Amino acid sequence: MYEAVIGLEVHVELKTRSKIFCSSTTEFGGEPNTHVCPVCLGLPGVLPVVNREVVDYAIRVALALNCQIARFCKFDRKNYYYPDLPKNYQISQYDLPLAQNGYLEIETENGPKRVGITRIHMEEDAGKLVHQGNIATTPYSLVDYNRTGVPLLEIVSEPDLRSPEEARAYLEKLRTIIQYTGVSDCKMEEGSLRCDANVSVRPAGGDALGTKTEIKNMNSFRALHRALAYEIERQIAVLTEGGRVVQETRAWDEDRGVTVSMRSKEEAHDYRYFPDPDLVPLVIDEAWIEKVRTTLPELPDARRKRYMEDFGLSRYDATVLTSSKELGDYFEACVAAYPHPKTVANWVMGELARLLNAHNMDIIASPVAPAQLAALLRLIDDGTISGKIAKTVFEDMFTTRKDPATIVREKGLVQITDVDAIAAVVDEVINANPKSVQDYKAGKEKALGFLVGQVMKATRGKANPALVNKLLKEKLN
Amino acid sequence: MELCDLPAHQLSKLLRDRKVSAEEICRSVLQRIDEIEEKTRAYITLDGENALEQARRVDRRLREGADLPPLAGIPVAVKDNICTKGLRTTCASKILADFIPPYNATVIERLAAVDAVIIGKTNMDEFAMGSSTENSGFFPTRNPWDYSRVPGGSSGGSAAAVAAGETIYALGSDTGGSIRQPAAFCGVVGMKPTYGAVSRYGLVAFASSLDQIGPLTKDVTDCALVLNAIAGYDPRDSTSAPGEKTDYTRFLKEDIRGLRIGIPREYLGEGLDDGVRRVVEKACAVLEDAGAEIAETSLPHSAYALPTYYLIAPAEASSNLARYDGVRYGYRARDAKDVVDMFKKTRSRGFGAEVKRRIMLGTYALSAGYYDAFYLKALRVRTLIKRDFDEALATFDALLSPTTPTPAFLLGEKIDDPLKMYLSDIFTLAINLAGLPAISIPGGFVDGLPVGVQFIGKPFAEGTLLRVAYAFEKRTGYTSRRPGLGR
Amino acid sequence: MITRADVEHGALLARLELNEEEKELYTRQLGKILEYAAVLQQLDTTDIPPTAHVLPLYNVFREDRVSGHLPVEEVLANAPDREGNYFRVPRII
Repeated sequence: MYEAVIGLEVHVELKTRSKIFCSSTTEFGGEPNTHVCPVCLGLPGVLPVVNREVVDYAIRVALALNCQIARFCKFDRKNYYYPDLPKNYQISQYDLPLAQNGYLEIETENGPKRVGITRIHMEEDAGKLVHQGNIATTPYSLVDYNRTGVPLLEIVSEPDLRSPEEARAYLEKLRTIIQYTGVSDCKMEEGSLRCDANVSVRPAGGDALGTKTEIKNMNSFRALHRALAYEIERQIAVLTEGGRVVQETRAWDEDRGVTVSMRSKEEAHDYRYFPDPDLVPLVIDEAWIEKVRTTLPELPDARRKRYMEDFGLSRYDATVLTSSKELGDYFEACVAAYPHPKTVANWVMGELARLLNAHNMDIIASPVAPAQLAALLRLIDDGTISGKIAKTVFEDMFTTRKDPATIVREKGLVQITDVDAIAAVVDEVINANPKSVQDYKAGKEKALGFLVGQVMKATRGKANPALVNKLLKEKLN
Repeated sequence: MELCDLPAHQLSKLLRDRKVSAEEICRSVLQRIDEIEEKTRAYITLDGENALEQARRVDRRLREGADLPPLAGIPVAVKDNICTKGLRTTCASKILADFIPPYNATVIERLAAVDAVIIGKTNMDEFAMGSSTENSGFFPTRNPWDYSRVPGGSSGGSAAAVAAGETIYALGSDTGGSIRQPAAFCGVVGMKPTYGAVSRYGLVAFASSLDQIGPLTKDVTDCALVLNAIAGYDPRDSTSAPGEKTDYTRFLKEDIRGLRIGIPREYLGEGLDDGVRRVVEKACAVLEDAGAEIAETSLPHSAYALPTYYLIAPAEASSNLARYDGVRYGYRARDAKDVVDMFKKTRSRGFGAEVKRRIMLGTYALSAGYYDAFYLKALRVRTLIKRDFDEALATFDALLSPTTPTPAFLLGEKIDDPLKMYLSDIFTLAINLAGLPAISIPGGFVDGLPVGVQFIGKPFAEGTLLRVAYAFEKRTGYTSRRPGLGR
Repeated sequence: MITRADVEHGALLARLELNEEEKELYTRQLGKILEYAAVLQQLDTTDIPPTAHVLPLYNVFREDRVSGHLPVEEVLANAPDREGNYFRVPRII
C-alpha cells in the first residue's frame, strides 16, 4: 500500500489597481501590449518602485493564513531566460520571504485537518505567449506584456496533503480565504489563481519521502484532482514494477488525461538569486501589521462557528453558506430581514442555489435581493401563499425581479382559505372521481393523495393544502 | 580661447549680460566639433540642429526678459548610457545600435527643466565596462592632450569632449571610477556623487548598487552648478536619497582653514607613478599652505577593493544585461532556429569581448556552489571596506589621493590584459563600494599630461568636496589650462 | 580552478554562444581573475554582515495609482520583429 505526499505551490494575482513595480494598469485583457510602460517593458535604464498596496494585501493574506510575518524582508532577482520575461529575471523573494509558518484547516472525511503553509512571498507576473496552434510545432510565437508586473503572491504549502481530494479541498479553502480578504478574484479560468503540485508516493505510514515530480498546467479544480490522481497512479505503477520515479517537471495534458514529462525545460536551472540592488528592504513593524489586521473581515472558519452556535445550523450548512464571502453576506442580509436562519438557509441553499446554478450566475448577480426573499418567506408565514406556490413565485421573482407581493397579486395566487369555497371544489372532485373514492373507502390510502391533487389542480394550486386534506377526509369518512 | 573653451558659469554671465547669444555659444561648440571630432571621436551621436533650435529658443526667452537658470542655453554632452527620448541611446554597444528610447532619464528631464542644450551623446566603453573607451562597440575615443593616448573610461567621450571644447560640460556615469579616471586623464573636473544623490532612473544599468551619474566640467564652479541641476530626490528611483534640494554653489569658498584632510597611506604605495606621487605631494603642500590640516591615515582593506569590485559589479551586470535578448528592442540575430538559439546568437554577436567576459564572471560568481564563496563573500568584504572609510572619515573631513596610478596610457597598451586594465581604477573603485562622494580635479601635469587628485568625502558631503576643490583650484589654476589639440 | 566545463555551463546560463577560441580565452582569463579574487578568502568575515545597499534606506513605496502607459506604437517602435501589436519571436521549443 502506498500513500501520496502532496504539496501545492499556488500563485494568486492581487487586484491592486496598478502593477507591483510601476503604474501600469493590472486590468485583465486589453489589446496586446497596451497596458505597459517603460518599467514593465524592461527598457534599458528603468527602475522598479514597490506598490505599497501590494505589501498591505500580502500582509492581509499572511494574517488570514495564520502566518508569522517577517519584520525584515527584501526582494531578490530570480534569473532565467524566457521571452515572456522582459528583464530575463523575475523580481521575487528568496531567502527572506514576507511570511512563513502558517496554516489553514480543511474538511476531510476523517474530520477537520490542518495543512501547513511554508511561506508566502511577493513577486511579479510574466507576460503571455500566444502560439498559432501547438507551441512545439509553430514556427514562431507572439508576446503580449500586458500581464507583466501584475503583483503575485506565491503561497507554498507543506507536503501535508495525502490525496487529490485533500489537495482540492486545500485549494478551495485557500481560494475562499483569499476571496474573503478581498485581495484577489482567484479566477482559475482567468489565471488569477494558478496551482502547481509537488507529488511523491511512499509506503503507507512511512516517514521517508519518495522522489517527487512537479506537476504544472492544471487550470481548474477538476484538472488538479484528475492530474494528481493520474500522477499518483503513475508513480505507484512505476514503483510496483520495480522502477524509479524520476525527479522532473511534468505537464498535465487535459485532453489526453495524462501528465507528460517536460524534459526540454529541465536544462540546468540555476536561478542565481541575489538581492535586487534596485529595491530597498522592507521593515514591517507591529503597528503596520495591526493596522492591516483591522481591515480583515471575519474569516470563513470564524463565521462558520458563529452560524453553528448563533443560528443553530449544521456544520455542513454552515460550511456551504460561508464558502464565499458574498454568499454569507447574502444569507446574513436575509436573516436580518427574516430572523429564521434555518428556513433562510434552506431557501438559499435550495431554490436560490438551484436557479443560480442553472443560469450560471454568481450570488452577487442574484436577481432576488435578500429583502425580497425575506418578504416571500413572510407571505408563507402569514398564509397568503402556500410553500408550494412560493416556489413558483420565487422562480418568477428570479426572472422578472419583481417583488413577491406584486407577483402574487398580478397572478392572483393568494391562497384560498375560505372553507366554503374549498368544500365546493371538494364536492365536485368527489363526484367526478367515483373510482378513486371507492378505492379510498376500500382502504387504499394513496387514492386520497390523488384526490387532493385534483382539488389543487382545480384551484391552480391556491387552495390551502391542509384545509383540502381535512375537508376531503371529513366528506369521505 | 574661444567660447567653447570657457566654463558654463562664465558663459552664463556673458549670456545674461547680452554679450553673446546661446546660438553663438552653440555654434562655437559645433564648430570645434567640426574641426577636431575626427581626431577625438568623442561622440556617438550628434544632435546639432536640435541643439541650435534649443539655443535659439533660450535666446528668444532671454530677449523677452525671462529669468533663466544658470545652465540655460549652455551646451551639454550626455554619456550614451543615459536615455534621451527620441535620441538614439546605444551604450556604445552593437546590441543597442539603433535603440531610440521612448522616455527620458530623470537627469535629462532636469536638464530640460533648466533649459540646457543637449549637443549629443558621447562615446564610452560598452555598457560602461572599461577604463579607456577602447571597449566601445563602435570606435575608440582619443585623449585631446595626446591623440595617441586613451581618454580614460568609461566616460571617455564625455571627458574628452569637455577637455577639447566639444561641449561646455558633460554628464558621465561612475561605477568604479568611470567619471573620475577619465576626468583625471583629460584634465577636467569630474564628480561621482554619493550613491543616491542623483537619480539613476534612465541610466542604463551596469552595476546598480555602484552606478551614479555625475558631472564632468571645466572647473569646480561648473561642477556645483551641474549638481544643482541634476541632484535631488526622485520618486522613480527607490535608492534615491530623500531630502531637500541643496544649493551647492554656497560651498564655493576659498577658505579651508582648519579643514582636516587625511591621506590614506595605502593609496601612495607601490605601483604609483613617481610623477603622480609628486603631484599629490604638491597638492598636500598647497592645501596645508591654505590652512588645512593634513595627516596620514589608513584604509586597511584597500587591497581587497579590486577583487571585491570585480565580483560584485559583474554579478549585478550579468543580471542587468540579461534583458538584451533581441525580443523587444535592439539587435536580433536573424538566422536562429529557435528562441534559445536566437538569444545566444543575438547576445554573442551584439556584445563585445569585455562585456561578455564580465557577464561570464558575474554569472559564475552567482551560480550555485560559488555564491557564498564569491558573491556573498564580496558583499561581506564590502562591509569591511565601507567601515574603513567610515572610520577614516570620522577623523577627517575629506581624504586626498591620486585619482589614478599613472597619467593617460597609450591606446592598445592594456587592452589585452584585463587585470592590468582593471588596476587603473585601483584608487577609485573602493569609493563606489562605500557609496561615497568623490571629486577628481586637475592637480598638475606629468610630461604634458594632466594628472588628477581625488578628494573623498562623507556621505552627502559633496559640499565639503566642492569647497576643498574650489580652494585648491583657486590656488593652482590647473583647471584653466586647455589642450593644444594639435592645431 | 575554473574549468572549460564551468565556462560552457556559464555560457549556457548567460545565453552566450562561445567559439572554441573564446572558451579557451575565458577559461584562462576568468581563471586569472578568480585566482586574484581568492585573496578575499584570507579575510575572516564570519561576523561581518553583507552590504547589498550602502544607503540605510527601507520602505520606499509608490501609491497604487495608474498612469503613464506608453502608446502601443512606441512600445513596438524598437521591436526587431512584430505581428500586429505583438512582439514576434522564433519558436520556443
